[in-house]
Amino acid sequence: MSTPLLEIREVSTFYGAVEALKGVSISVAPGEIVTLIGANGAGKSTLLMTICGDPRARSGRVIFDGQDITERPTHHIMRGGIAQSPEGRRVFPRMSVHENLLLGAQSQGIDPAPGLEQAFTLFPRLEERQAQRAGTLSGGEQQMLAIARALMSRPRLLLLDEPSLGLAPLVSKQIFQAIRKLNAETGLTVLLVEQNANQALRLAHRGYVLVTGRITMSGTGRELLARPEVRDAYLGGH
Amino acid sequence: MAYALQQLINGVSLGMIYGLIAIGYTMVYGIIGMINFAHGDIFMVGAFLSLIGLLLITSGGMLDGTAAIILVLALSMVFTALYGWTVERVAYRPLRGSFRLAPLISAIGMSIVLQNYVQVAQGARVKPIEPVVQGGFTLMRDGSFAVQLSTMQILIITTTLAILAIFTWLVTRTPLGRAMRACEQDRRMASLLGIDTDRTISVTFVIGASLAAVAGTMYLLRYGVIDFYIGFLVGVKAFTAAVLGGIGSLPGAVLGGLLIGLIETFWSAYFSVQYKDVAAFSILILTLVFMPTGLLGRAEVEKV
Ligand SMILES: Nc1ncnc2c1ncn2[C@@H]1O[C@H](COP(=O)(O)OP(=O)(O)OP(=O)(O)O)[C@@H](O)[C@H]1O
Ligand SMILES: [Mg+2]
Repeated sequence: MSTPLLEIREVSTFYGAVEALKGVSISVAPGEIVTLIGANGAGKSTLLMTICGDPRARSGRVIFDGQDITERPTHHIMRGGIAQSPEGRRVFPRMSVHENLLLGAQSQGIDPAPGLEQAFTLFPRLEERQAQRAGTLSGGEQQMLAIARALMSRPRLLLLDEPSLGLAPLVSKQIFQAIRKLNAETGLTVLLVEQNANQALRLAHRGYVLVTGRITMSGTGRELLARPEVRDAYLGGH
Repeated sequence: MAYALQQLINGVSLGMIYGLIAIGYTMVYGIIGMINFAHGDIFMVGAFLSLIGLLLITSGGMLDGTAAIILVLALSMVFTALYGWTVERVAYRPLRGSFRLAPLISAIGMSIVLQNYVQVAQGARVKPIEPVVQGGFTLMRDGSFAVQLSTMQILIITTTLAILAIFTWLVTRTPLGRAMRACEQDRRMASLLGIDTDRTISVTFVIGASLAAVAGTMYLLRYGVIDFYIGFLVGVKAFTAAVLGGIGSLPGAVLGGLLIGLIETFWSAYFSVQYKDVAAFSILILTLVFMPTGLLGRAEVEKV
């Protein structure tokens, strides 16, 4: 395996006295789609946020592209090739779709035009809605916007937190297709958190299972899908 | 009729001053959710800096009215901005993430510090200046009453409108303004997009303080007297304006400022000058009780 693009070594993260991550280690190679599955409250979102330095890891290291980014302020990390579409989408509700997208690129100091073009090719719906206030978009449209906004910074690593949450199966399928397409066409590396473990494991090259702050299993998507523990706990007999 | 027109002119020019200060309250509230109680005193500092600038520039006798005012305005904006920036750095930023009341208490402390600092440095005496801008027009006559529009009032209104136009452009059209609005709507998300939120907050204080400096200069030129205590009364009225307009709303701040200016002026003209401050404060209370979101405020509170 080539040197990882992202490497998380023995990371522990706390909320006050609560230890949400207890020495988690994972790695993501360039060009890979890696998924993280786990029950509610397992610490999946915490892990994605810890990569971005918010909250910061109390111990352990986060290495991105060979550089230790554990102690860097969030906005530095996000200027250096990582982007996140966070849990709950978090589009800026009182700004237009267009402005939300521009915000994805502006701190990078890059021309937004190619990013906008890519966003509209990926999600033509957003192009029609450019002038609309993001808060009035449907849930699925907001999700598309959150992903497109993250891509505006032209990241090498995309962190996606439950992109299919609350979406109709058709829309969620559309989003998964978009992720696959990006990965195949641009070599974008993706770390994906999903409730929909079945779909995620089919899409991903590899996966990790997180149980109350600890990694308990890892393997290729196919391997994990075949494991009875995974089937029982996360696939709910689907 | 003529009398009312005169009050309208006076009220609008006073309201512009309140509006400029109210923007500072509303912007800071929007971005970090706190009432910056020291903002009125920043306005006072701005007025004093204009006074010092004016004395320095006119004592040389090199510049005439308009050029001198522009220079005074620019100097006061720059130095007052520095004060605004420092207040945020020293008194508020270290408390970010602390309990909600902490920055509020710190703000009251900052307000006292600024008042005492100016009192000690400049003395407690009222500072008068010679009128810098004189003259004006008589718009109409009604018997013995003449409606006056002074050059000073024209200057206040046009300068304020120009500054408001630049400011509106900055907030709505530039990347900086977009970053400010992003921080206002979801600060954590803004930093996830690579925006330096601490810097953006600093910029907000700097802009708020420089608008307060404009108000300070206008106040000085219009009334000709200032003392270290003006920040309190004018500050509370501007704060009322911000609440009336809907705290967090920029057009609301300007609208609120105009309304407070007009109400105060008409109240003084038709009822009682002594009770003009009571009018302003009654409005604050009535707004808070019956319409806490203000005229242009948002009813829903979106907090993540
Ligand atoms: N801001 C916070 N303060 C305190 N505890 C928190 C905070 N955020 C998360 N936690 C706790 O940390 C643990 C992990 O939460 P996290 O959001 O990472 O879970 P998750 O795996 O993303 O769950 P879900 O699938 O429900 O999104 C939970 O027990 C949660 O209660
Ligand atoms: Mg989560």
